[in-house]
Amino acid sequence: MGKYVLKRLILMIFTFLIITTICFVLIKLLPLPAVKQMGRDVNLILARREALGYNKPIMVQYKLYWEHLLQGDMGLGEQMYAGKEVMDVFFTKLPYSVIVNLYSILVAIPLGLIFGIYAALRKNQWQDHFVSTMVMLFISVPSYVWAFLVQYFLCFKTGWFSLTVASRETTEFFSWTMFTSMLPAVISLAVYTVAGLTRFTRAELAEVLTGDYLLLARTKGLTKTQAVVRHALRNAMVPILPMILSEFIGILGGSLIIESIFGIPGVGSLFVQSVNLRDYNFFMADTVFYTLIGLLSGLVTDLSYGFIDPRIKMGAR
Amino acid sequence: MNEKINEQYKDLSQDLFTRRKTAKLSDMKLATKPIGSFKDAMIRFRKNKSSVAAAIIILILLLYALFIPLLSPYDVSFRDGYYKMLLPKCEALSFLGWDGCKVQNETQAGYDYLSSIGYEENNSAVKEVREVYTDPNKGTIYYKLYVDSYEKVGFTYVDLTETEYLALQDYQNQNNIQIIYPLPAVYKNDYVAVSNAANLWYELADETKNTQGASKWHDEEGNPIFVANYHTSSNEHRAKYDSLRIEGDDGGADGETWYTYAAKNQSGYRCRVLYREYYHYKNGFYPNHLLGTNQHGQDIFACLGYAARLSFLLAISVSVINFFIGIIYGSIEGYYGGAVDLILERISDILASIPFIVVATLFQMHLAKDVGPLVSLLFAFVLTGWIGIAHRVRTQFYRFKNQEYILAARTLGASDKRLIFRHILPNSLGTIITSTVLIIPGVIFSESMLSYLGIISLETSGLTSIGTMLANGQAYLSTFPHIIAVPAVFISLLEISFNLFGNGLRDAFNPSLRGADE
Repeated sequence: MGKYVLKRLILMIFTFLIITTICFVLIKLLPLPAVKQMGRDVNLILARREALGYNKPIMVQYKLYWEHLLQGDMGLGEQMYAGKEVMDVFFTKLPYSVIVNLYSILVAIPLGLIFGIYAALRKNQWQDHFVSTMVMLFISVPSYVWAFLVQYFLCFKTGWFSLTVASRETTEFFSWTMFTSMLPAVISLAVYTVAGLTRFTRAELAEVLTGDYLLLARTKGLTKTQAVVRHALRNAMVPILPMILSEFIGILGGSLIIESIFGIPGVGSLFVQSVNLRDYNFFMADTVFYTLIGLLSGLVTDLSYGFIDPRIKMGAR
Repeated sequence: MNEKINEQYKDLSQDLFTRRKTAKLSDMKLATKPIGSFKDAMIRFRKNKSSVAAAIIILILLLYALFIPLLSPYDVSFRDGYYKMLLPKCEALSFLGWDGCKVQNETQAGYDYLSSIGYEENNSAVKEVREVYTDPNKGTIYYKLYVDSYEKVGFTYVDLTETEYLALQDYQNQNNIQIIYPLPAVYKNDYVAVSNAANLWYELADETKNTQGASKWHDEEGNPIFVANYHTSSNEHRAKYDSLRIEGDDGGADGETWYTYAAKNQSGYRCRVLYREYYHYKNGFYPNHLLGTNQHGQDIFACLGYAARLSFLLAISVSVINFFIGIIYGSIEGYYGGAVDLILERISDILASIPFIVVATLFQMHLAKDVGPLVSLLFAFVLTGWIGIAHRVRTQFYRFKNQEYILAARTLGASDKRLIFRHILPNSLGTIITSTVLIIPGVIFSESMLSYLGIISLETSGLTSIGTMLANGQAYLSTFPHIIAVPAVFISLLEISFNLFGNGLRDAFNPSLRGADE
């Protein structure tokens, strides 16, 4: 087990190094954008460029880049947030992405599990067909279409929700005001998660329910509820829990399109902004971040199988 | 021994044998036609009603994408400065409410303004007065009107050169259509309440008040009586005009002044034209937008055709390319196994770990200038898109490569190539085809997302995509929802159909489901 974890970790770091190197080289190959003339910031940015060795060979730059990166320094904003530390800006944006996704996942998990379990218990009856049809619809229609629908009907037509996200200055992240102001985005994000989780739960539970041990459980006198809760659900959870876990890590990555539709000042909109304004320091920071999130969520998903179910041996061929 | 037998049959006469005249076999014929695995899959696919419906919808959307750009008089570069944000209108189905009209609340001034448009030719922009209500506190009257978004444009000013001006007059004379109308008198103030001053041809209630555009005359019911307030001049030849005159222009009321039909400026003439007729003169057809227009004056129906064509073209080429790369890569991995597999698998792992959005962005930054945004997007999709297929192929190879029939073929001397392509790959063709088809909706979704976010910009290359259309409509979501609804409905329909179709294919190609659900 330990050996397998170590192997996976080393592999992950290796992959991470390769990807960042490729991105670094590709960005360095692009022409360096001129620094905008904005007062004293110009000198500051130029000085920082000098420190990062922008006029030195690329190998030296690469070495300096890693030295700075390991100290948590990704350079200064050049085209946007000029003169501000990239990492500082990044960490003021991150909570918004995390919070909106956290809310959506907290809404989505119970709903997804309930619908999935319900459909599995009513397999091949009309309730199951109804849930499956809805899942098909909710999974197929792109998330931004749901976002537009939510925006049009819940924000414009009925006016139930505001269009803008509550500001950090007036309210806390975990407060009712923040939650309701984020609700349109939360709903649009949750739709897909609920549908995915429902489908997955239904498939897993339906398969488990056909097992012989469930028949045995009923024969020895358990009620249907007891049999399902104590035996079927626990087994069905083995593949479901890792999926939920990976969702939890994935929430850090945020959702580019939902963030930009609802104007949530998160890392997603930071990324889009950095691409449109050609700010490579922000772009690099976001790239590193997204890559890391992707790798981590894959790793945790794989490893969690072993922790959740002792019958699964890690690294066994 | 053999010789003995040969000896025995030495003297067989020819008569013992008859020569077969025909190639007809006297074996019993097969009672049914032989069914191959593909045919079997098709039979099972056809039983799945929802998938067949989805396939038909996909076909319709494909035909739409193929033919609308060819048949429509409009294209992406067609932009009209005045017919912006028009509502969907279909003449044949106008009784269903598909008539380009919309309910609008207006004050007295707004009501006067809208009903003045087309008043001269009895074709008012106001199709119907739905309701009139009075503010109990202030006594102000409000109208709930049913307004035609096409007629609302009314008159506009255009600048013409001398030759254009004369050509327009010739056209007027030949077709007996009045396009150029006299210029209205200039007012002291600009009227804030109205957007297009060319439509203010009638006498106004109070010229000194900015916000009033109301007519001076109203009958008892509050309907305006328009009195023309054209600019007049005693000089008949102020601008050459030899066409139809509107009633009353017979040298003015006092017989000396004439209406002014054009004001001379540096480059030519500035005229006031009835835009619908002018549009017909310019383009050869009257405006009729089945799905309305967006804020750039582009026809949404045609744009959607172009966007869909682009999406299909991109998605189908991506899936075809990925199909081949995936098969070759996966076959090599799966067939050779061992170190080759290990190295190739690491490479695809690393490629799969790069966030797609980063790949797409980097390709845009590097290649968009040289090969265009679309080709660089294609590269981005191809770079990582084949991994799923390669993985499936690899799994199939591990399943089949050690089975007895492969060993038998190898013993008979089949080459690696033959083993891969004749003996192992056809087994997995069903799943591969399914995943290739399912690449298409993914590509269309990602492309629309990227162009929506502005990470790829297609508009500079004269193209449009679903994402661009969505981005166009976003700002008008509350006021003109049709701009965003059309591409949104299209892509939703497309995604649903492709997912249903893909599911149907997957079930059809899965032999273990044969006989189930029947």
